Amino acid sequence: MAEKLSMKQVLFEPVFSNNPIILQVLGICSALAVTNSMRTALAMSVGLTLVTAFGNYFVSLIRNVIPNSIRIIVQMVVVSTLVIIVDQWLQAFAPAISKQMSVFVGLIITNCIVMGRLEAFAMKNPPVISFIDGLGNGLGYSALLMTVAFVRELFGSGSLFGFTLMSTTNIGGWYVPNGMLLLPPSAFFLIGLIIWAMRTWKPEQQEHTEFKIAPHSKAPVSHGSAGHSPVAGAQPKATH
Amino acid sequence: MSWLRKKLDQMAPDFEKGGKYHSWFALYEAVDTFFYSPPSVTHAGAHVRDSIDLKRIMILVWLATFPAMFFGMWNLGQQALTVFQLAATNGGATPDMALDGWRYWVVSTFASFDPNSLWSCFLYGATYFVPIYFVTFAVGGAWEVLFAMKRGHEVNEGFFVTSVLFALVCPPSLPLWQVALGVSFAVVIGKEVFGGTGKNFVNPALSGRAFLFFAYPAFMSGDTVWTAVNPELWKHGVDGFSGATALGQAKLEGVDHMMRLTADGLVPITWWDAFWGFLPGSIGEVSTFAILLGAVVLLVSQIASWRIMLSMLIGMIATATLFNAIGSDTNPMFAMPWYWHLVLGGFAFGMVFMATDPVSAAMTNTGKWIFGGLIGLMIILIRVVNPAYPEGTMLAILFGNLCAPLIDYLVMQANIKRRALRNV
Repeated sequence: MAEKLSMKQVLFEPVFSNNPIILQVLGICSALAVTNSMRTALAMSVGLTLVTAFGNYFVSLIRNVIPNSIRIIVQMVVVSTLVIIVDQWLQAFAPAISKQMSVFVGLIITNCIVMGRLEAFAMKNPPVISFIDGLGNGLGYSALLMTVAFVRELFGSGSLFGFTLMSTTNIGGWYVPNGMLLLPPSAFFLIGLIIWAMRTWKPEQQEHTEFKIAPHSKAPVSHGSAGHSPVAGAQPKATH
Repeated sequence: MSWLRKKLDQMAPDFEKGGKYHSWFALYEAVDTFFYSPPSVTHAGAHVRDSIDLKRIMILVWLATFPAMFFGMWNLGQQALTVFQLAATNGGATPDMALDGWRYWVVSTFASFDPNSLWSCFLYGATYFVPIYFVTFAVGGAWEVLFAMKRGHEVNEGFFVTSVLFALVCPPSLPLWQVALGVSFAVVIGKEVFGGTGKNFVNPALSGRAFLFFAYPAFMSGDTVWTAVNPELWKHGVDGFSGATALGQAKLEGVDHMMRLTADGLVPITWWDAFWGFLPGSIGEVSTFAILLGAVVLLVSQIASWRIMLSMLIGMIATATLFNAIGSDTNPMFAMPWYWHLVLGGFAFGMVFMATDPVSAAMTNTGKWIFGGLIGLMIILIRVVNPAYPEGTMLAILFGNLCAPLIDYLVMQANIKRRALRNV
């Protein structure tokens, strides 16, 4: 790579401008699955950030000796090693969280963000900047995960990190919890709303329209000729 | 009325481009076109002109829901006052227990607590339905106007339909803040994020209801939400009846053991009871008869597709008959005949008002047959074999909505293929 990448840019660009979930829409599955409480979301965020950062670092170290044809396999070996470390660590020190997250820790291996950064960045850049890139993308992922988890836990269970903030009706309180926020599909709605907000804030993130509806064509002036009629049933646009 | 026209014309410059209230144009336009036909007419190309425009379609659908709405209000009061009367005679409940605060004041001042009085029942129902409808209209309308102002489109009468349909499928005892939340979801997520009326791919009213159904299941399903009474009353001598809907009871004990409360206590539900709608349920869906009156209006004016209604009916009859034939020792719903499925729960309401929404239904004629049939099939599948939900109309129609574009695509591809073969 000819151009010099600034550390700050590599670290913070993935958080807002090029967020892996919000803009690239990668890594959605885990964002749906582990965000019903902030604790699991935090564990997942830290786990994924570490795996992405160190995965990037190690793959970048050996990027020049990896034969191109088996590079994915080599990357997988590196990533799985890291994921196993994270998984074992969680099982040893946070068994409850580990149980809640079930397969999703193991599934970090197949997380699109991890593989994407390895392929797109670590294979082409030196180790330190790759590490920073992994960290940055992990942060972008974490930022979204924590935002979604914040809303889901606060309004779904009335608590944050397990501490009750709004006592719910089933324990005699006043807050009626929104049960839908405990179901994974609610994360879809929330991520959608966040994407909406982000693209309103940063219009450059909006996709180009694939096609444009042409304005109604004026019919030729010759009256009575039925040869050239616009789409039947088109509503006239009110011209005030 | 010409003074109104004059007044509106006078105000017009302020709202047009450059005027001081330009951002409120959508609201002005909505008021103007509510009272008068829009001044804009087609001026290019050849068009078939018809006096049925979007405005008239929506207003007609809105009017078509009126029988169900008024019957719903009466029935709501009738159900609740019956419970109250039984509680009063058997358990000594006093009138002030029947209702809370202002509702008690309204009913006791202008009517009585007599379940045989048409007026009392109606007024009682109105004290529940009118607030629900008002909140639906105010909150949903506010969203609608906000989006119209920001996006530069018009506020149109489509919202009349969405709001009345949403209000009619609410359980009578639904808290008003949930109504507000549900209709916000319906208008914003169900419709406006996709570009507004005509671009939504699911029925907005049903999407709002589905949101509440999953978010607050305790208020949207179960036994106690279908009769609008103070929960205290159930403790006063209404033994043996939990308030479950007919479908809920049929799910547990079969179609022969469905009971309803009357002044004489518990009596078995007859088919005619269900047809006329003397049952607890969501406000507007109880009376198959009132809904069919609306269906006549919609069919005569050709607003609703008869293909969808008919195919949904056929799909339902076929599936129900199939389950009758299969039979089951453990699941009494297998034995429920189709004519019961027709009059219980939300089937009729869904068939007439929800599935026929021209925006979210299939567009092609063949597609409509498949679309309706699919919904009929799904309703019975959910009602009969899903152990969790006694009623499946809402979910089945939403499922149909999701499939509609695919159905249309396949129909069109098949047509293209057929026509291509013609010229080989």
